[in-house]
Amino acid sequence: MEPHKHTESCKEIFAMLSEYLNLELPLEACREIESHLADCPPCIEFTDSLRKTVDLCRQYRPAELPAPIEAQARDQLLSAWRKTLASRAV
Amino acid sequence: MSAEVREHDEQLARRLLAGEPEAFTHFIEYFRPKIFHYSWLMCGNREDAEEVAQDTLLKVFESLNQLHEPERVRPWVFRIAKNVCLMKRRRSVFAPSHELSLDELMPSKDGSSRGARLQIADWSPLPDDQMLQRELTGVLEQAIRELPEAYRSVILLRDVEALSTAETAEILEVSTDVVKTRLHRARLSLRKRLDEYLKSNRPSPVIVHQN
Repeated sequence: MEPHKHTESCKEIFAMLSEYLNLELPLEACREIESHLADCPPCIEFTDSLRKTVDLCRQYRPAELPAPIEAQARDQLLSAWRKTLASRAV
Repeated sequence: MSAEVREHDEQLARRLLAGEPEAFTHFIEYFRPKIFHYSWLMCGNREDAEEVAQDTLLKVFESLNQLHEPERVRPWVFRIAKNVCLMKRRRSVFAPSHELSLDELMPSKDGSSRGARLQIADWSPLPDDQMLQRELTGVLEQAIRELPEAYRSVILLRDVEALSTAETAEILEVSTDVVKTRLHRARLSLRKRLDEYLKSNRPSPVIVHQN
């Protein structure tokens, strides 16, 4: 009986964890999660690994860089910018 | 997005609108790699990504008059980039389109009692172990590429570019609930991949179930 209840509770928490980490949950739901975590080491462990995954995503910058912009491409952009600025000034 | 980044973006947009030449150069240096990275991971092809970056910037400069809220320049630029990517109409080479199921992303337990441990790797060396951090970044990049497109765009906008849920929803033209659902599943999928890597490449002492 107890293990089943526990699993269902873990599943409910599991579904809300990203919103919890994003601070997007209502206070009541946050309390519910924190109360569960206080008594469930496996969920603490899992939440920690998800938080670290999110941190890695936030720090992630692809190694691949674009080639330096060619003069012709830059001129094309400059010309478009100047044209728009001129239309604003009218 | 942090307040500093938002402030930086807003000032840059204001200077660009005011016609400051340095702002033009800075804007290209700042946003071109971002658009390139987004489209490179969305299109899967370097040549396409270079083209998307140029076409996006061209549209940005051509339609700068439509940027009515300089503080929202980043979502505005990414909305244009997303549309340019779509216009390319080249399907992702990385991953087929499919839904990620929450149940499949839930880790299994080596028992069902309260003392049971999840079968997950040892994440404790993070973030202090810099070498491991670098290794995992490579694994993460590959895992992002392999996410279904709908999830990949959300993780790139929401977590990598640090846009808000509402901004991401606006760019992708979906509801905020859809963004939240996709973000969570994408994160869980990436977590699972990193976990598998940690288990197979960084074997740690087995954590034994204890009651």
